[in-house]
Amino acid sequence: MLKTFKLGGVHPPENKLSADKPIEELPLPKSVFIPVAQHIGAPATPVVKRGDEVKVGQLIAKSSSFVSTNIHSSVSGKVKKVDFSADSSGYPKQGVLIDVEGDEWIEEIDRSEDFVKEFNLEGQEIINKIQEAGIVGLGGATFPTHVKLVPPKGMKAEVLLINGVECEPYLTSDHRLMLEKTDEILTGTKLLMKALNVEKAVVGIENNKPDAIQQLSEKCKEYEGISVVALKVKYPQGGEKQLIKAVTGKEVPSGALPIAVGAVVSNVGTAFAVYEAVQKNKPLFERVITITGKGVEKPSNFKVRVGTPTSALVETAGGLPENTGKVISGGPMMGRAVPSLDIPVTKGTSGILLMEDEEAKRGDSNPCIRCSRCTGVCPMGLEPYFLRTVSEKQLFDRAEENRIMDCIECGSCSYTCPSNLPLLDYIRFGKGKVGQIIRSRKK
Amino acid sequence: MSKLLTVSPSPHVHTDDSTRKIMYRVVYALIPALIWSVFVFGLDALRVTAIAIIACLALEYVIQKYMMKIKPSIYDGSALVTGILLAFNVPANIPWWIIVIGAIAAVGIGKLSFGGLGSNIFNPALVGRVFLLISFPVQMTSWPVNQQSGVDGVTTATPLGVIKEGLMNGTPVSQLLPELPATSDMLLGNISGSLGEISALILILGGLYMLYKKVITWEIPVSVIGSVAAIAAIFWLVDPQNYVNPVYHLLTGGLMLGAIYMATDMVSSPMTSKGQIIYGVGIGAITISIRLFGAYPEGISFAILIMNAFTPLINNYVKPKRFGGN
Repeated sequence: MLKTFKLGGVHPPENKLSADKPIEELPLPKSVFIPVAQHIGAPATPVVKRGDEVKVGQLIAKSSSFVSTNIHSSVSGKVKKVDFSADSSGYPKQGVLIDVEGDEWIEEIDRSEDFVKEFNLEGQEIINKIQEAGIVGLGGATFPTHVKLVPPKGMKAEVLLINGVECEPYLTSDHRLMLEKTDEILTGTKLLMKALNVEKAVVGIENNKPDAIQQLSEKCKEYEGISVVALKVKYPQGGEKQLIKAVTGKEVPSGALPIAVGAVVSNVGTAFAVYEAVQKNKPLFERVITITGKGVEKPSNFKVRVGTPTSALVETAGGLPENTGKVISGGPMMGRAVPSLDIPVTKGTSGILLMEDEEAKRGDSNPCIRCSRCTGVCPMGLEPYFLRTVSEKQLFDRAEENRIMDCIECGSCSYTCPSNLPLLDYIRFGKGKVGQIIRSRKK
Repeated sequence: MSKLLTVSPSPHVHTDDSTRKIMYRVVYALIPALIWSVFVFGLDALRVTAIAIIACLALEYVIQKYMMKIKPSIYDGSALVTGILLAFNVPANIPWWIIVIGAIAAVGIGKLSFGGLGSNIFNPALVGRVFLLISFPVQMTSWPVNQQSGVDGVTTATPLGVIKEGLMNGTPVSQLLPELPATSDMLLGNISGSLGEISALILILGGLYMLYKKVITWEIPVSVIGSVAAIAAIFWLVDPQNYVNPVYHLLTGGLMLGAIYMATDMVSSPMTSKGQIIYGVGIGAITISIRLFGAYPEGISFAILIMNAFTPLINNYVKPKRFGGN
């Protein structure tokens, strides 16, 4: 019996169109716009100004508090301006616009292809390097990794979980990375284990990636303390709490962090970035991004510099299909629909999904028939139909009582609703309001 | 770029399932039982079903369009299901105008006066049936003869009716048994009763199809049938001269139709697994209480309606198992 989480879950069509496409390097764009807020927490403070010459890997915005990260230039060239431009949220955000000239890297970065396995560093040294390199969780949440590696006082990590689940349909960037950078990911895992001072790490991979499971299981024998566990395909298994439940059987209590059950979760992409940062001195300025969609001519996996406009990926993948109705940054379940192709890719962009007109439109909603499917698929054991009603009627105390803040916004309820009700839209609204109420109470 | 992109919150994909597909799966599950009833009661069964369906659809259309002034939703399949279930709950020889009155009670009062599909507290078809049972007790309890059973005559009593009348007159069970059908006849449906309730076997097969297609879950049918069987068995074991074998309770009357197709109505049943079991056991207990101690030989319609009324209360108190502990 394959392991999986217990409550709820759905199985949308996988559509992993680019699963067998090796990672290719995307040609350098003409210019990049690098937002200074690519992570959860305070935006970084720009340290370059108009006219400055920058090299690849040079610090261009400095972390402004503990929960914040450094931002490095992904290209070499001249800073055109430090300005505001729309990011994937659609709102103008501060960032650095750089005109690309050549491809000159800072000297500290080891650009050789050699794999470096051995390290002789203390935990704190590793954490410092991770912090300097500006590493965030690459699974999509973009939480600063160095913060995660320092558990709150009195708490101790027991196990590190490496998230290779990639449960979002269409996306294959983690899958490709696991196949092509196996040793690097495992070394990155060892580094994270050292930083956390844990003896045990488990890589969780869904069973629709048998090649990755086999390869990692084989290789991890050379790495003490790391094991691989195959998981049953079920969305949203890549959710932190669901993965912890699937692998360890423990449930993170409502409102608590994974560390409450002794677990820390990092994405495979993050483990790879940690390897590069520590062993190669390379800051996080590029990542693997899947460009895909049913109408896309060449669904691919590209290594992309942060700040590259979405249009550059689309062009390289064969251009924008005529009938494109929606462009999504991320996967179809939790990704964000972007308003234009000028949006830059950031550290948190795992994929670009082009949807055809037909798929892009939402169907008409019908009345709730109380089929209870939303309750059945909710991985947090909530009642989406009820949370929708109380949010709509603005009964926020009842929403809070019924644990609306536990919602992880995975979208399983809206996905499964036979009446096509936008359940999650209402729940997000309710969550926002309840969050405000909770914050005002603390003051 | 000239074309505007759609921007909407996630998720961006949707299952291809719909309310309509769910309703039509219920219809498919009911068709074998309808065919059997035509076999047993002749074209009368088809006449009654057709009138009930047309009446329900027409009423839904007219009331929504001219009284509620909203877009009629007759294509969502829910009125169709109500029509078929209403027909299944009346004798096959019932006059057409009684069916129409039943449809008014079902669709007009039971469903649309509450706001339409999804808002109704009670199962519409059962509102119609109970309304007719109280208003037209004679027509609603004169059962046509099962043409497969080889019995002569025009009307006959149902097995539950025979049991109720016999026991009320003080006849011991042992003397009633010759008047009751064989187990195989009850299972196959060679008995008399309402139009669609007679073949337990066919109704169970339809139920398995709905279970496979995830239209229903196991909790409600199993808890209703299980509790009826358990309570009936206890009385029978204690006093077999005054209480019949539970097999009669399981295979005759409307138990299968009610437990599988009516109590499972999504709109009027609880949302959680535990809530559904409480609801199902409640239906089973009330059904058997009416059958054993009430004035009516049959009680499942009343039982379901009573428990429908408890559904909001059950939903309020029985919450699903939360992630991370309740």
